Amino acid sequence: MSDKRSLSFLSRSSRSRSFVIGGIMTLFLLICAVISLFWTPGSAYNIVIANRFLPPSGDHWLGTDQFGRDIASMLMTGTQNSIVVAVVAVSIGLFIGVSLGLLAAARRGWTEEIIMRLSDFSFAFPAILSAIMLTAILGPGGVNSILAIGLYNIPVFARLTRGSANAIWTREFVMAARASGKGRFRITFEHILPNILSIIIVQATILFAIAILAEAALSYLGLGTQPPEPSWGRMLNEAQTLMFLDPMQAIYPGLAIAIAVFGLNLLGDGLRDVLDPRLSRKR
Amino acid sequence: MSVFIAKRVLTLIATLIGASMVIFLVMEILPGDPALVILGVDASESAVQTLTKELGLDRPPLERYISWIAGLMQGELGNSYAYKVPVWELVKGALLITLPLAIMSITLSIILALVIGLYAAANHNKAGDVTLMGISQLGISIPNFWLAILLIILFAIELRWLPAGGFPGWDEGILKCLTALLLPSLALATVVGAILARITRSSVLEVFREDYVRTARAKGLSQRATLWRHVLRNALIPVLTVTGIQFAALLTGTVVVENVFHIPGLGSLVLKAINNRDTIVVENVVLLLATMVIMVNFLIDILYAVIDPRLKAHDI
Repeated sequence: MSDKRSLSFLSRSSRSRSFVIGGIMTLFLLICAVISLFWTPGSAYNIVIANRFLPPSGDHWLGTDQFGRDIASMLMTGTQNSIVVAVVAVSIGLFIGVSLGLLAAARRGWTEEIIMRLSDFSFAFPAILSAIMLTAILGPGGVNSILAIGLYNIPVFARLTRGSANAIWTREFVMAARASGKGRFRITFEHILPNILSIIIVQATILFAIAILAEAALSYLGLGTQPPEPSWGRMLNEAQTLMFLDPMQAIYPGLAIAIAVFGLNLLGDGLRDVLDPRLSRKR
Repeated sequence: MSVFIAKRVLTLIATLIGASMVIFLVMEILPGDPALVILGVDASESAVQTLTKELGLDRPPLERYISWIAGLMQGELGNSYAYKVPVWELVKGALLITLPLAIMSITLSIILALVIGLYAAANHNKAGDVTLMGISQLGISIPNFWLAILLIILFAIELRWLPAGGFPGWDEGILKCLTALLLPSLALATVVGAILARITRSSVLEVFREDYVRTARAKGLSQRATLWRHVLRNALIPVLTVTGIQFAALLTGTVVVENVFHIPGLGSLVLKAINNRDTIVVENVVLLLATMVIMVNFLIDILYAVIDPRLKAHDI
């Protein structure tokens, strides 16, 4: 990347409010997750019944839950869980989906037809539905929820990639490359992929937010992350039974999810403005 | 038009068959022996074999698939492993709650979306638009089950206006039932409504920039008349598409939100079935939910052609 280009990237990103705010929120989340790897204000795992339902204090920033665990620490550790699930699930969808989409656009004909019709079905199976099927067979667990969310992401990426790649295949520089004797495989990696990368990155950011939401929902239902691993969704599940006793416990985890999703959505919007100014001007 | 519909119906049938095959493959072919699951890992070899035979699981997969589909056609879904009652009875009772809930929610979200989206578009870049879009961005980010919990805390625990959950049953009177469904549908409609409102706004703004709108205004048509006669009709097409996609999200949303409110709909049924290892109930409910999503998208495709005559010409 030349100096001039990186400069314009920086100046454009600093001008996009969504990018800056979303970026800060996402960064905050990442920092929380990293810090929680080696330090938390209290213990997210230790059950000390004597300490249950403590109000917020210097020792327990957000108080303790019904088992005396430190809520702030559980939230921080839960960040790791959400990020890991989302990263793996989106990566599964990204690698398989983008490959299928590129293949469909490069080969056309029946290959494209099969890939697209297969991804049609998947519209009928949102993440939670496929997770329900998988957990019914394999039992609940974090890995199965990752698989379910990842499977759901595959056709989303496949459709997007194929659509954008098809548009690039008709451009003059691709025709020139074909005329110069380059193969479909080489053109795909040298010309098609670089030109649709920004669209894919934006989509990945948004699916990252959706994955965090889906993981929380699955854990809330008891199908995702299992105890004692702290997870925002399961914290909400446990808090719900205590709604009359301690409603604040139901507030914090939801707020954490909302901040994560809000930040990522903003970042996605901002990235679209920064990476593809044409799109943002059209909106 | 008839060619278009015939093509769409064929695709619909193919999609339904495909979906049922996917469910069958996942539920029956993947590792995990239902008989072993029902009896537990300590069960004796002979007990597992007897149950396998009883459930008809010793037959070849293709035969089982065909008999499942044939049963579906006749409304004969077999008996629940856990409750020993016909699956259809369980599904019917749950459907009579989930369907009204889904319809209430989608209606509510479309109303929300049109009111907010049109207002925001009409006041483009003014304070009202910016505020509403900020709120809708927040609405998109909130998990619906958390919103459901917040609504319970506010309306049921603090204000005591509405019930915190449960469902009285339709014999108790329609009003009571609709009251019980009000908070759940509000929780579902807020998120979907926020998404649709954003689409409505940007779509209306886009159409406003079209030449034919300028022509309509130039020939003296009032802003209001242009909006109704030219803009809305065209702007609603993308809104419809997204409504179809969102309906899937809404249905899976009901699975989660029903559990927050302890409403005995399809969502609660399927989760209980998972806990009871009642795979036959799971596979039928999942197929039902998938079918609902596919049908809604089919209907929207047909609606397209009605709204936008250009699509008929292309015969896509």
